[in-house]
Amino acid sequence: MARVRNPRDLLAGLLFVAFGVAALVLSHAYEIGAASRMGPGYFPRLLGLLLVVLGSVLALRGFWPSSEPQPRWRWRPLLVVLAGVASFTVAAPRLGLVVASLLLVFISSAASEEFSWKEALISGAIQGLATVAVFVYGLGIPLPIWPVFLTGGQ
Amino acid sequence: MELLDNLALGLSVACTPINLVYAFVGVLVGTLIGVLPGIGPVATIAMLLPTTYGLPPVTALIMLAGIYYGASFGGSTTAILVNLPGEMSSVVTVLDGHQMARQGRAGPALCIAALGSFFAGSVATLLIAAFAPPLADLALKFDAAEYSSLMVLGLVSAMAMAGGSVLKAVLMTILGLLLGVVGTDVNSGVSRFTFDISELIDGIGFVAITMGLFAFAEIAINLEQRQQHNLLAERIGGLWIKWPEFKQAFPAVLRGTALGSMLGILPGGGATLSAFASYALEKKVAKDPSRFGKGAIEGVAGPESANNAGAQTSFIPMLTLGLPSNAVMALMVGALIIHDIQPGPQVMTRNPDLFWGLVASMWIGNFFLVILNLPLIGIWVKLLSVPYRLLFPLILLACAIGAFSTSNNMFDVWVAVVFGVLGYVFIKLGCEPAPLLLGYILGPLLEENLRRALVLSRGDFTVFVTRPISLVMLLIAAGLLLLIAAPVIRKQRAVVFAEEK
Repeated sequence: MARVRNPRDLLAGLLFVAFGVAALVLSHAYEIGAASRMGPGYFPRLLGLLLVVLGSVLALRGFWPSSEPQPRWRWRPLLVVLAGVASFTVAAPRLGLVVASLLLVFISSAASEEFSWKEALISGAIQGLATVAVFVYGLGIPLPIWPVFLTGGQ
Repeated sequence: MELLDNLALGLSVACTPINLVYAFVGVLVGTLIGVLPGIGPVATIAMLLPTTYGLPPVTALIMLAGIYYGASFGGSTTAILVNLPGEMSSVVTVLDGHQMARQGRAGPALCIAALGSFFAGSVATLLIAAFAPPLADLALKFDAAEYSSLMVLGLVSAMAMAGGSVLKAVLMTILGLLLGVVGTDVNSGVSRFTFDISELIDGIGFVAITMGLFAFAEIAINLEQRQQHNLLAERIGGLWIKWPEFKQAFPAVLRGTALGSMLGILPGGGATLSAFASYALEKKVAKDPSRFGKGAIEGVAGPESANNAGAQTSFIPMLTLGLPSNAVMALMVGALIIHDIQPGPQVMTRNPDLFWGLVASMWIGNFFLVILNLPLIGIWVKLLSVPYRLLFPLILLACAIGAFSTSNNMFDVWVAVVFGVLGYVFIKLGCEPAPLLLGYILGPLLEENLRRALVLSRGDFTVFVTRPISLVMLLIAAGLLLLIAAPVIRKQRAVVFAEEK
């Protein structure tokens, strides 16, 4: 029984194979044509096939020993940072830029080990107001400044 | 003389007040992010790209270019003063630059870095002016087959320059090409991989991809490592360099300029590679190599000249062939496309003011760098004391708003979030994101040319090897691929990239 000695490469290979399979399945609906008259399905299928073949080679390397360091997954910083961005995305059109910026800064700051909620709140408030000054008044981006339910969409 | 006429045209464009202001802003922002570790030129350019939509294309490009070479310069300042390379291209400057600073010779180190960069930048500007037109002429003779092969060559050399496993770089490139397919197929009008999402009909926004891969993922990686700031308040001392030191450094500046100019033109090359190669060369030609690492001024002068020369000549393939040689140039191509300018050899004839204006602005920008940096060094160093925990939310905010404003749609921000997760996973799995970005930018161009070439040849694949220029490019690509896959070179590459880390 073969043993996985290099999970990093196995995982990477499988990821690429998955993308390749997805491309092959999805491009099934597109006409393939011939080399002289390529249809919309020709190029994506070619790429999907390459991903599957080369991805498998990479995955197989996972059974050979490797001196390369294996990754240590730490999802928390990434997820917290992205949660901050996501909260901005949801909040900005509804609650306005000031609140959305404050949310983004406050939530994402928690990803740092040196998080202090007081500091994050202050820097969030400052950045919220600065954002409005620069992006709404300076560059004119079409987002509300204050919550829509307070201003009635003005 | 035609060259002088062209440069005069360029200067007249670059010296309009608005272009001067934006060149200055670009260089200033570039220096700023160069000084600050944790944010690179790729993320910054993507972030600021939407703010340039309202500008004339030449002004937009002048500013974006300023960010690029400004960053490679700003990175050196902190490398010398605080032992902290702000950018990859200044990693080698740390070795001797910081040693010089510890010996109280920070002034001369900074001075030779500035003067060397300015000299290299001026030479590189002239080189672009001299060599771009003949290259573009040659490229005008290219047919679809040559373009396809050229893009393959570009992609292969980008793989060669990426760190880590070659196979992974190949796979990342292919995945990038596949992502480029998303959207409406220009030939048949079929929507591919759009999942009936109307926002995907024009393809995935490249600003969003770049931000996800290069800003969000990077920030997450940075946050994992405990931040350590041991700021040494070095005394900078007198800024001027003394004659004997200058005499010692000048040949290194010349060698660095020559090497950087050559390596910058290579697809996949650019500032970082040039700096590493130059340091290695200086060590080889030195009478007493043991001085290196202990404050040898050549170890600063050479790489600093080389990285600036390389940063600038890497514009040559982008401007003349429409072929980006690194991630920053890929963004520039994207910027041109947004401004409705099809990158390629016709840019020079159809938009001469844009081409020559950009070239001339690089020289002006380099001049700004010198006058900006020597007096303002104190301020740049103070900036370093801004803790990362205050800085990264600001970067996130600017990215989120930047992604939104590319199409005034929150969809792009969600795309950036998805690519943030993907980018993080890829980095953890040892796959560098840069080849993916390059593949993504070149994907649609490659598909179109491939199709056209095969239509013209009636489906005969030998067209790529029977046309001489195409054959040569494919042979070079194959040779490169063999070279990087060969065990001896692989070991060498491992050493080079290990030094980089």
